Amino acid sequence: MNDMTLTEKPVNASDIKITARNVQVYYGTTHAIKDVDVDIPDRTVTAFIGPSGCGKSTFLRCLNRMNDTISICRVTGNIALDGQDIYDKRVDPVQLRAKVGMVFQKPNPFPKSIYDNVAYGPKIHGMTRSRAELDEVVEGCLRRAALWNEVKDRLHAPGTGLSGGQQQRLCIARAIATSPEVLLMDEPCSALDPIATAQVEELIDELRSQFSVVIVTHSMQQAARVSQRTAFFHLGNLVEYGETGHIFTNPSDPRTESYITGRIG
Amino acid sequence: MSVGVLTLGILALAGAGFVLGRKRALSSVSGDPRNLHSLPGYHGQSVALFTAIPALLVMLIWLLLQPLFLEQRIATLLTPADIPDGSSQALVMSDVHRVAAGLDALAAKDGLSEQDIDLLRADLSDIRSRLAGVGVAVGDAIKPGVLTAAKAYRLQSATGRLVMGALALLLAVTGFGWSMRRITPEFRARNVFERFVVALLIGASMVAVLTTLGILLSLVFETRHFFQLYPARDFFFSLTWNPQFRGGSDLGIIPLLWGTLYVSFIALLVAVPLGLMAAIYLAEYAGKKTRTLAKPLIEVLAGIPTIVYGLFALITVGPALRDWFAQPLGLGSSASSVMTAGLVMGVMLIPFVSSLSDDIINAVPQSMRDGSYGLGATKSETVKQVILPAALPGIVGAVLLAASRAIGETMIVVMGAGAAARLDLNPFEAMTTVTVKIVSQLTGDTEFASPETLVAFALGLTLFVLTLGLNVLALYVVRKYREQYE
Repeated sequence: MNDMTLTEKPVNASDIKITARNVQVYYGTTHAIKDVDVDIPDRTVTAFIGPSGCGKSTFLRCLNRMNDTISICRVTGNIALDGQDIYDKRVDPVQLRAKVGMVFQKPNPFPKSIYDNVAYGPKIHGMTRSRAELDEVVEGCLRRAALWNEVKDRLHAPGTGLSGGQQQRLCIARAIATSPEVLLMDEPCSALDPIATAQVEELIDELRSQFSVVIVTHSMQQAARVSQRTAFFHLGNLVEYGETGHIFTNPSDPRTESYITGRIG
Repeated sequence: MSVGVLTLGILALAGAGFVLGRKRALSSVSGDPRNLHSLPGYHGQSVALFTAIPALLVMLIWLLLQPLFLEQRIATLLTPADIPDGSSQALVMSDVHRVAAGLDALAAKDGLSEQDIDLLRADLSDIRSRLAGVGVAVGDAIKPGVLTAAKAYRLQSATGRLVMGALALLLAVTGFGWSMRRITPEFRARNVFERFVVALLIGASMVAVLTTLGILLSLVFETRHFFQLYPARDFFFSLTWNPQFRGGSDLGIIPLLWGTLYVSFIALLVAVPLGLMAAIYLAEYAGKKTRTLAKPLIEVLAGIPTIVYGLFALITVGPALRDWFAQPLGLGSSASSVMTAGLVMGVMLIPFVSSLSDDIINAVPQSMRDGSYGLGATKSETVKQVILPAALPGIVGAVLLAASRAIGETMIVVMGAGAAARLDLNPFEAMTTVTVKIVSQLTGDTEFASPETLVAFALGLTLFVLTLGLNVLALYVVRKYREQYE
């Protein structure tokens, strides 16, 4: 439908933020991710698409070592952020996750006030020195998440009282409050209605100016709308990776073509 | 006809009703159940229910009410001359019951006919020895008035039974006939059964509610009785507890309440931090193996009878505290102390707090943890700032439940804290609690109608109100904070 506009999107893939080489993920005896090599550029939206269970979320969770919290999960291979291996023993996963923020499928605001939700990251990482500075960070993040105007009068109301779309934008504000370099989004719009989805997508496009954004999505239209680069996963393999316009209009692998045209998945 | 046989008869009729109702429903559609509104089984059930339930219900109510009703009627037969000095109407009435039972035994064993029994005269024959001959012992020689009353009691209760049996049978047969007659293909027996299920469930829940109400009422009545004998102001505000056998006691609740709250406070001081931390470890840190092993082990503590904890307090903890803390610090020389009871009770309460909190912490959605880890929080930061606030309402509930247990606990206090009512801040002094005094007041040798005994009910009611208040508070806290969840 809006295929025509795809190729016009600029791709400023000047420098590479994350490089993954020969990544394998096992859940117990299941081989969930096989030989994935990928380069994720800075200040770009990269979309991971693919049928359910293809491993795209699993791979996303490798990028900030969220899989460490699952005891049966084992990751091998090399994933580097700015050339630094994130699975190196010297890397503290807790510190890494402050640099690689994450937004989840279902909005999961903490049972705290809107203000405290956003202030959570800066507080635990000691990023601000005074209350005034924290206020500034909170306001800034809420503004960047396009939520400030809607919540500025009720910053101390519980975050769980917001609508689904507002909650998801609050979670985005919470994630960018730790000043991450990469923002991982795991199907951020799957629990939202079309209007909220449009707002979040618009937001993602704006965030691209500051972060490298990686988004997992089930919706091919969404991938086409928001991303500049697209990776297609199938059965744990990275089948094809390239410019979004290219993947959608002229896929080189037959599996990509069947998925995009709706024959598999 | 005895109640047992009657019940069996009614149930048999209901069973027959089920079979016949089912058959009739089937035959009404010439054997094709698809033309019935309800399955044949439902028709059978509806017949069985309408046969059995009203009849059994009437029997039950009759059996409950008849003794009360008879008691009053027979009591009017007794003249003041029948009640000896120093006795009461209740005692004479119990004699009447015994004699009536004895007459029943005479009729059964000696083959006395009803006319013979009617001719028995207390002043002419020695009824006492005849009754003793059939195994019924009566204290004194039986007075004529008592014998007359006993005869009347027998006759009237027999008549009552007969009427009841007839009524129940009539109801069963009527119900049977009526419900058989209304079986048609269109009859909605399924819906009838559904209404019966609802009524059954409501009835079941009413049992608990009514029991609570009954307990409360009995406490309230006896307490009112107590306050007629003893001024309420003294009970609530007097600072001494000193019951005397010969009256003139000081029955102030404050020292007891103080002991209760002091012991409970120490117990919670032990149980809440330990239990909560154990719960956090089990829920957040422990591996699957540790968890499956440790959780039951902690819960074993909940299964230990409190008397065993009491022994532990008396034999081990009490002397140890005295020798190592109280005496060296010059705080007292008593093995039983508030500290002893509090510490042991605290250990007893650990599983209450830990097990409930563990379940509650596990119920916090994984997405909360993910959200926090995703922002670069460590486990303990996540626990402290996200999980505990989310689980707070439930944890408060668990703590208040433990507090209710602590306030109501008796055995550990009897053996650990002693029996001396005292208002003191020193935790190494012996003190006592409301529950201990309820036991000692009710099991003493004092007369039942004296304030020294009746005070137990006032104490019980106070305790009831206290724990009720705690539960209401718990509900309020949980309601208030629950919305933040999700």
